[in-house]
Amino acid sequence: MAQALLFALCLVSVAQAQICHPHEPNAYKVRLSIKTALGDKAYNWNENEQYLFRATIAFAMRQYLKNEIFRASNVLTCNETQRVSFWFVVTSPENPSVTIPENDVAEAIRLNRHRINNAFLLSDKTLQFIGIPPTLSPPVESSLPVWLILFGVVLGLVVIGIIFMIVTGIRQRKSKRLKKPVHEEDPEEKLERGVIENGIACQTIEEAEGIKNGAYEHDDDKLTQL
Amino acid sequence: EDMEEDRPSWENPLQFLFACISYAVGLGNVWRFPYYCQMHGGGGFLIPYLIMLILEGMPLFYLELAVGQHTRKGSIAAWKSISPYLGGVGVASVVVSFLLCIYYNVIIAWAFWYFFHSFQEPLPWSDCPLNINRTGYLEECEKSSSTQYFWYRETLNITTSIEDSGGVQWEQTVCLILAWLVTYLCILRGTESTGKVVYVTATLPYLVLLIYLVRGVTLPGAINGLKYMFTPKLEELANPKTWINAATQIFFSLGLGFGSLIAFASYNPPNSNFEKHAIVISLINSGTSIFASIVTFSIYGFKATFNYENCIDRTILLLMDTFDLAEGSITAENLESWEIYLNSTFPGEYAAVSSQVKVCDLQSELNTAVEGPGLAFIVFTEAIKNMTGSQIWSVLYFAMLLMLGVGSMLGNTAAIITPLRDIKLLSQYVPKEVLTGLVCFVSCIIGLMFTTGSGNYWFTIFDTYAATLSLLLIVLVEIMAVCYIYGLRRFEKDVEAMIGHKPNWYWKIMWAFVSPVLIIGMFGFYISDYITKGAATYQAWEPSLGRLVMKKYPVSASVFIGILVVTAMSCIPIAAISTFIKSRFQKQEPSLK
Repeated sequence: MAQALLFALCLVSVAQAQICHPHEPNAYKVRLSIKTALGDKAYNWNENEQYLFRATIAFAMRQYLKNEIFRASNVLTCNETQRVSFWFVVTSPENPSVTIPENDVAEAIRLNRHRINNAFLLSDKTLQFIGIPPTLSPPVESSLPVWLILFGVVLGLVVIGIIFMIVTGIRQRKSKRLKKPVHEEDPEEKLERGVIENGIACQTIEEAEGIKNGAYEHDDDKLTQL
Repeated sequence: EDMEEDRPSWENPLQFLFACISYAVGLGNVWRFPYYCQMHGGGGFLIPYLIMLILEGMPLFYLELAVGQHTRKGSIAAWKSISPYLGGVGVASVVVSFLLCIYYNVIIAWAFWYFFHSFQEPLPWSDCPLNINRTGYLEECEKSSSTQYFWYRETLNITTSIEDSGGVQWEQTVCLILAWLVTYLCILRGTESTGKVVYVTATLPYLVLLIYLVRGVTLPGAINGLKYMFTPKLEELANPKTWINAATQIFFSLGLGFGSLIAFASYNPPNSNFEKHAIVISLINSGTSIFASIVTFSIYGFKATFNYENCIDRTILLLMDTFDLAEGSITAENLESWEIYLNSTFPGEYAAVSSQVKVCDLQSELNTAVEGPGLAFIVFTEAIKNMTGSQIWSVLYFAMLLMLGVGSMLGNTAAIITPLRDIKLLSQYVPKEVLTGLVCFVSCIIGLMFTTGSGNYWFTIFDTYAATLSLLLIVLVEIMAVCYIYGLRRFEKDVEAMIGHKPNWYWKIMWAFVSPVLIIGMFGFYISDYITKGAATYQAWEPSLGRLVMKKYPVSASVFIGILVVTAMSCIPIAAISTFIKSRFQKQEPSLK
C-alpha cells in the first residue's frame, strides 16, 4: 500500500517536473522585489509565502473562469531563485496533466492584479509577471484644467487693473484741464524763457528741426557743420 | 494741452536705479551666462568676463546714460541733437527694440503657461502620459524624457520643420495676450506706473535666487555641480572664442544700443550722478550673473547626481534580473567587481545585455550644456520635479522668470514709446495710453506667428539674428559719433555740467580706443561667422526619435533672415542720406525758409 502511494507520488512529481519548467508554452515567470518595496519591513520568502502565491493565482483563475473550481494545488511552481523569481503554470482541475492556455492565465491575472499585489504588499513594479504588462492607471485628471482657472483669475485682475488706470488717467487729465485757464501766459513771455522749459517757443521748434541746437550753443565751439 | 506737461520723471533716484537693474538683469543672466561659464572652463571664464566689463561694459553704459540724461529725449531726438545726420541711429534703435518686443514677450507667455501648470499635484511634466492601450508610455515621451515631451508636445506642439506651420495653438495665444496685457498695465502711465512696478521686478528675483541658493547648496550632489563650475580650466583662456563670448555676453547683457537706457535716463533730473549709477548697475548685473550661476550649478549638480544614481540603480536591477541574483547583493560599490565577475563567468548572457548596461558617468551628466529656453523649461524643470515640495519650487522659479522678463520688457517698450512721444504730432493728438496700447497691440498681433506649431523655429531666428549685428553697429556708430563727430572735449564739458567733474582718463581711453576696437572685433567675427557657415541650419524636433535633428533652412527663411539683419542697420545710412538730401534741398531754396 505504502509502496503504491510512494510510486503515485513519484509519478506526480515527475509529471509536475515535466509540466512546469522554464519557457514551457503556458508558463509565466514571476519576479518579486520584496526588499526594494518594503525595505526594513521585508519578509522572507519561504514555503508559506509560496503557498499564498499559489492560492492567490487559484483565486484569480476562479474569478475569471467562473465555472471551474481551482485549487492551490493546481498551480505548479518551479525553478525558484535567490532573486526571488520562479516559473509557474496552472493546470486544469479536471485533468492535472493539461495546462490552462497562457491567454486565459494572463487575462485572469490582469483582471485581479490589484488583489494579487495587495496580498504581498507589493506593486506592479515590484511584483512582475514577465510577459503580462500591467494596465497602468491614468493620471488623475480634474474636470476643469487647473491652469485655465488660474489664467482666468490673473486675466481678470489685469483687465480690471488696466481699466482702473485708464479711467483714473482720464479723470486726472480732465481735472488738470479745468485748472489750466488760470496759468495762460503771453506768447512774448514764453519767448523770453530759457531753453530748458517745454513751451511752444520758436526756439524749441527750431531745435526740433535740427537746424539750431540751443543746448550746445553756449560754447564757442565749432558747430557740427551741415 | 498735453504739450504743456513737463517731461515726466522718476519720483526718486531709486526708481531709476531699479528700472535699470530690472532692465539689465534679465533672462540672459539666468540662462546664457551659466552656459558660457560651463562651456569655457567654469571659474576661469570669470576672468575674461570681468575684464570685458571694465573694457567695454561700464564705459558704454556710462555713455548711453550721459546722452539720455543730457538731451532729455528718447533715442531718435537725442542722436539728432548730437549730430543731425545721426537720427538714423535712433531709428535703428527703435526698430531693433520693436523686433525684440515682438519675440521677447513670447518667453513671458511660456513662463505664464508653466507658472499656471505648477499648481498641479503632481507636476504635469514629471510623468509621461500613457499610450492608448495603457500598457506603457507614449513613444515620443519614452524616447526623450517627460520634461522634453511636455515642452515640445504639450507646450509648443512643435512641428517637424519650419515650413510646416501647424496652425495657431490657442493655449499659447491666450498666454501671449495675457503677457501683453500685463506689459500694457505696467507701462500705460509711463514712469508713474513703471516706477512702481520696478520695485517688485527688481527685488523679487533676488529673493527667489536667495531661497534657491539656500535650498540648492543643501541638495544632495550639489557639491558636484559647484566643484565642476569653480574648477577653472585655464587652458580655455587661450581659446579666442572664450574672449569673444565674454565680450558678447557683457554687451548684450547690459542691453546697450536698444535705446532703453537713453529713454530711462532722459527722465532723470539733469544733475543726477549717472557715473555712480553706471558703475553700480553694471557691477550688480555681473554680480547677478555669477550669483545665478552658483544657483544653477548647484541645481545641475543635484540633477546630475540624481540621474547618475538612477542610472546605477537601473544597471544593478538589470544585472539582478538577468542573472537572478538575490536583492541587495549588488550595490553601487561592488558593481564594477560584479560586472567583471559576470562577464567572465557567463560571457554569453552578459554580452546579450551589455548594450543596455550603460556606462553611468557623472561627468557626462554634468557636461550636458544647455542655454536659452531649454535650460529653464527642460533642464531646470527636470531638476525641480525631483525636489521635495516641487510645486512650491516650480512656482517660485517661474515667478522669478516672469519678473525678469517683465522687467526687461519695461525697458524694451520704453525704448519705442519714449522716442515716439518726443514727436510733437504724436504726443499732441494721441494720448499716452492710446499710443502705448497701439504699440502693444501691433506687437501682439505680429507675435502671434510665434504661437503656431513652427513658432519656436521662428523664435530662434529672431533670437539669433534680429538684434545681434545691428546692435554692434548701432553702438559702434554711437561711440564714434560722441568721440569723433561731437567731440570728446564738448562731451566732457556736458558731463561736467551735469555731475560736476569731467570723466577721468580711464573713461576717455575706453571710449576713444578700447571699446570701438572691441566692437569692431566682435562685428568682424560675426560677419565672418555668417559668411563661412554658408546656409544656416536649425535644430528641428523629431517625435519618432525623441530628439533634435539638424535641418537646413528653406530659401524663404534664409531671405527672411537677411531682411531681418539688414532692416535695422540700414536705417543709419538711409537717415543720414535723407538728411543730407533735405539740407541740400533747403540750401538751394533759401526763400522757403
